[in-house]
Order: sequence, then structure tokens, then C-alpha cells
Amino acid sequence: MVFESLALPAAIFLSLTGFLLLISSDWRVSILILAAQYGGVFALVALSWSVEMAVVKLVAGWMAGAVLGMALVSIPEGSFVFRQLNLSGIVFRLLLAVLVVLVMVSLAPQLARWVPGVTPAQAYGGAFLIGLGLVHLGLTVRPLGVILGLLTVFSGFEIWYASVETSILVSGLLAGINLGLALVGAYFLNVTVVEASE
Amino acid sequence: MSTAVLWIFFPGLLAVVLLVLNRWERTVVVVSALSTAALAALALWLPINETVEIGTLRLEIVDTWSIFGRLFVLGEADRPALVMLFLTASFWYGGAYVANTRRSFVPLALFMVALLTAAIAVEPFLYAALLIELAVLVSIPFLRPPGAQAGSGVLRYLTFQTLGVPFILFSGWMLAGTEANPGNEDFGMRAALLLGLGFTFLLAVFPFHSWIPMLSQEAHPYPVAFILLVLPAAITFFGLGFLDQFAWLRNSEAAHLSLRTIGALMVCTTGLTAAFQRHLGRILGYAVLFEIGLSLLTIGFAEGEHTGAFLSLFFASLLPRGLALGVWALALTVIRAQREDLYYRDILGLAMRFPIAASGLVLAQFAWIGLPLTAGFPVRMALMENIARISPFALLWIILGSFGLVLGGLRTLGVLVTGEDVVPWQVTESGAQRFFLILGMLGLLIVGLFPKWFLPFFVNLPQAFEQLAP
Repeated sequence: MVFESLALPAAIFLSLTGFLLLISSDWRVSILILAAQYGGVFALVALSWSVEMAVVKLVAGWMAGAVLGMALVSIPEGSFVFRQLNLSGIVFRLLLAVLVVLVMVSLAPQLARWVPGVTPAQAYGGAFLIGLGLVHLGLTVRPLGVILGLLTVFSGFEIWYASVETSILVSGLLAGINLGLALVGAYFLNVTVVEASE
Repeated sequence: MSTAVLWIFFPGLLAVVLLVLNRWERTVVVVSALSTAALAALALWLPINETVEIGTLRLEIVDTWSIFGRLFVLGEADRPALVMLFLTASFWYGGAYVANTRRSFVPLALFMVALLTAAIAVEPFLYAALLIELAVLVSIPFLRPPGAQAGSGVLRYLTFQTLGVPFILFSGWMLAGTEANPGNEDFGMRAALLLGLGFTFLLAVFPFHSWIPMLSQEAHPYPVAFILLVLPAAITFFGLGFLDQFAWLRNSEAAHLSLRTIGALMVCTTGLTAAFQRHLGRILGYAVLFEIGLSLLTIGFAEGEHTGAFLSLFFASLLPRGLALGVWALALTVIRAQREDLYYRDILGLAMRFPIAASGLVLAQFAWIGLPLTAGFPVRMALMENIARISPFALLWIILGSFGLVLGGLRTLGVLVTGEDVVPWQVTESGAQRFFLILGMLGLLIVGLFPKWFLPFFVNLPQAFEQLAP
């Protein structure tokens, strides 16, 4: 019941996190936004799963954020530059994100009909994350950006998929993929440091 | 004891142990090569669902392992796939020491094999998509050594393989619904669309193919070739599982036509593109794309009375493909160790200093195309004969693509033997490199000359798909 009243705010919150991830120029802020994003994912997944099961998404997501955060903290000062966006870059990204969100708003009800068990809030929340995650992937060639984009897209998919699949094994494997993506991201970040220090 | 413990849990555990011990590189290579060879041998003769007595020890080997309500089943029908997978792994790990790969390659590749075996075994089978994705994640560290930037090829590989998973999982769920409500055509159409998109990502079909040539250009050829051999094969096995499981998909003319059309276009375009490449790694990448297209074309023709014949041909093609790719990758590794890069300008006249590696490279390329007397010839000839009987037009696409690959092979040969500086011919490969390359080349010739010694084993592989090839 609590989660039903939180569903629509959670979907709107997810679109906001997607926006902020796109325009953030500080990796610390990006990791915090990612962690917050998993809170929204948890709220929407809990509509279909028991809280005990849904909390796996939250924990896995926070662990993924922690892994990326630890990797970034261990990088020596000055050897890693997160993207630097000027005003025109931020405006461009925001406009693009608004466009994608509008497309998703129009598509989500239709997509929801493909997946009968999904609630409107889940349909919107999942669609926002998938759309904005794909925009993120399309605008970056840096490893951290790619990993953040993939985690965002995957979170959107997991919201939808939770409404049709409740298997514990699948939940565990999906959590494993989230953590695996974060570990691969950490590996990419560390190999960049080795190169910079040589 | 269950078969899954033997072929999934044990290699997975061994991989973790070897990863910890990877400073003893030679030991790791020997242990992994021998253990995978032993697992291949066990897959060949170990009785399943029977009690085995070893001295005073009595072991009951069961084919099912249950975890969290899901099953991992490796039964009689999976034997040929297990033999093939573990034998390939054994040969590849054996050559890893000569190829001078990263220390983590062998343990991580062993873990990858364990995950791919789990993907073959898991039921419901559509969860294999998740295990294949985990295998992809495990493979990333051995593609990019520490100290190197993550190239765009490896990032695209990760991105496309990850994006394919949601499509496959959703389509699997939809296909199950279609099976329950056969009258709902819209639902079936959506499921097929999602399934097609998912496999387009996973199998590097146009426009998601660019990571293969990019990866084979920027990364070490030996690990890349391992991935390009086992991953498309595992994904194709997985795809055949869909055809086997869902009758309407299996009997759909549109699905087979789509596979044939995509396969034919892929074979022709990638083959012709290979002719214009100037980098040996990229040529290998396009050759792999050619084979993926040929696999799709072969499976596309596997319908009705032709199902058994074409499926057998698909499985039989895995042996020459594995052999040729192994020799090709090893030869590229030897050449790459001497030159900064593998562009034509970097390898001019290299055959005079590395004649065995150059011979291996050229022989592998032509075996890949299906040159007479080489391993690729018997299967390719049989495939082309069968396709010609059904659709001569489709054969034309294969011939065009093969022509492109032949041109690429001839250009490579020309560059290798033509140099500005004339130096006397000399053999400078190390003893181990010579041994493995000559062994591989002999293998390519022996399989080509005596195909009946080897190919019948692969002909039985379709039995793993009971509905598809009854």
C-alpha cells in the first residue's frame, strides 16, 4: 500500500535522476545520483515483488555504486578527468533528455499493453530510465559514462521485468550482472590510472 | 553427484583457484588444459543416470541439479556439446603459454566455459541469456591488459551484449505466452520482433556488428579469437533452443526466411568488406562475421525435410572453424609480437623471417573459406551443394562473399612475401611456436583429407534439440 502511493513520485524521481546523470560534471554527484536512482527502482519493483525480494535491487545497486565510488576514490588526484560540460553542452543534453522523456511518455502506455502485469507507474519509470540510459550511452565514449548508461538502462528493464518474473535465481543473476558491470567499470577506471602513472 | 557439479561447479571452482595461483603461469596452463581434456573425456564415456564404481567408491551420476527452484540439466543429448566445448577449451589453454597472453586469460576463460556450460544446462533455457552476459563480463579483463585504455571495440562489445539481454528475456516470456494462446498473433509477432532484436545484438548482426572488427584490431588476437569462437557458438545453441522449444516459431516460414535473408546479406557484405581491409586483425573479424552469417543462412534452410541435414552441417562446421581460428590466432600472435601493429605496411615481407607463422596464417584463411584439401572444404562443399538444390540465388551470395575473403587472403599472401628489403629465408619462430603452428596446420590438412574420421561425431549434435531434429 505504501509503495502504491509512492509509485508515481518514484517514476518522476527516476526521470529526474536520469536528467541529472546526463548533465552531472562531478563523478561524486553521479555516483550519489545512481545510488538514489536505485531507491526509485526499489519502490517500483516492490509493487510486484515482496519487500524482501525487492530490496535485493536496492542493495545490488548501492553495492554497484560503492564499487565504482571506491575505484574512483583510489585514483590519484588529477589523473582522472570526468566529463567537463559547458553551458551549451548542458542545454543540449537537457533538450535531448526532454525530447526522449516526451517520446517515452507517449510510448509507455502502449508498451505497458505488451506487458500485462505492469502498472502505469512502472511503465513510465522503466521507460524513462531506458530512454535516458540510451541517451547517456549515445553521448559518451568514456568507460564510466558507458557503465552508468548501461546500469540505467538495465534498471529500467528490471522494473518492467519484475512484473512478469519473480524467480529468486533470476533476481540473483540480475543482481550479479549489475555488480559485474560495476566491477568491469572499476577495472576500466583502474587500467586508465595505471597508464596515467607510467 | 550431478553432472552439473562435474561440468559447471568443478571448472568454475578450479578457475577461481587458478586465478589465485596465476603467478605460476606454466602450472596454470598445464592444469587447466589437462583438466578440461579430462572433462571432455568424461563427457564422452561417463554413464549418466547410473551408478559408477571406482574401487570401493560408488557414485550415482544424475543429470539434474536444482538451485532456487530452477534446474541445471546435462543429459545424454548434451554429451557432444560438452565434448566439443571442453576439448576446444583444452586446446586453447594449451596454446596460451606460447601465445604469451595475460596470466589471467586461462583462469578467466575457464570460468567463462563454466558459465557457458551452465547456459547450455539451465532450465527454463531462456535464463541462459543472463549466464551468457555474465560470461561476457568475465571476459573483459583478459581483453584489456592493465595499463591500456578501454578501447571503443571492447566498450561496444560490452554494450551490445548487455543490451541484447533484456530483449531475449522479454521475448522468452512472451513466447511462453504465445505457446499458451496460439490464436494471439499480435503477441507472437511482438515476441518474434523482440527475439530478433535480441539476437541481432548478441550475434553482431548489422548494424550491431562493428565491435567484432574493432575488437580484433585493438586486442590480443588469441583471447579475441577464443571469444569469437565460443560466444557465437553458445549463442547459436541458445537460439536453436528457442526454435526447439516453440513450435510456432519452428514452423514459421517468416522466421526461416528472415534468417536466410539476414544470413545471405551478412555473408556477402562481410566477405566483400574483408577484401578491402588493410589490417590482419580486422580481416579476422570480418571472416568471423562471414561465418556467423553462414550459420544463420544454414539454420534458415533447416526446415521441413531439410532440418536434419542442415543442422548436421551447421554443427559439423564447428570443427574446421575452431581449428582454423586457432591456427589463425596463433599465427597473428607470433607476427604481432614482432611488429607494432598488424597493418599491411607493418608486415611487408615478414614471411621470409617467419615462414611458419605466415604459412599458418594463409592456410587458416583459405581453410576458413573452404579451399579443397583443407578442413573447411568438406563441410562447405556439402553446404553449398544442399543450398544449390533449394535456392541457387542464395548460393550466389555465398560465392560473392567467399570471393571477397579469397581476395583478402591473396592480398595477405602478397604482402607477406613481398618486401622492399630482400632478406634470406630463415625460421625465427621459437620451438614451441613451431610445434603448435605445425600441429595446427597438420590438423587442418588431416581433417580436410580424412573428414569421415572426425565429422560423424558432430553430425549427432542436433540430437540435443529433440523437437527440432526428431
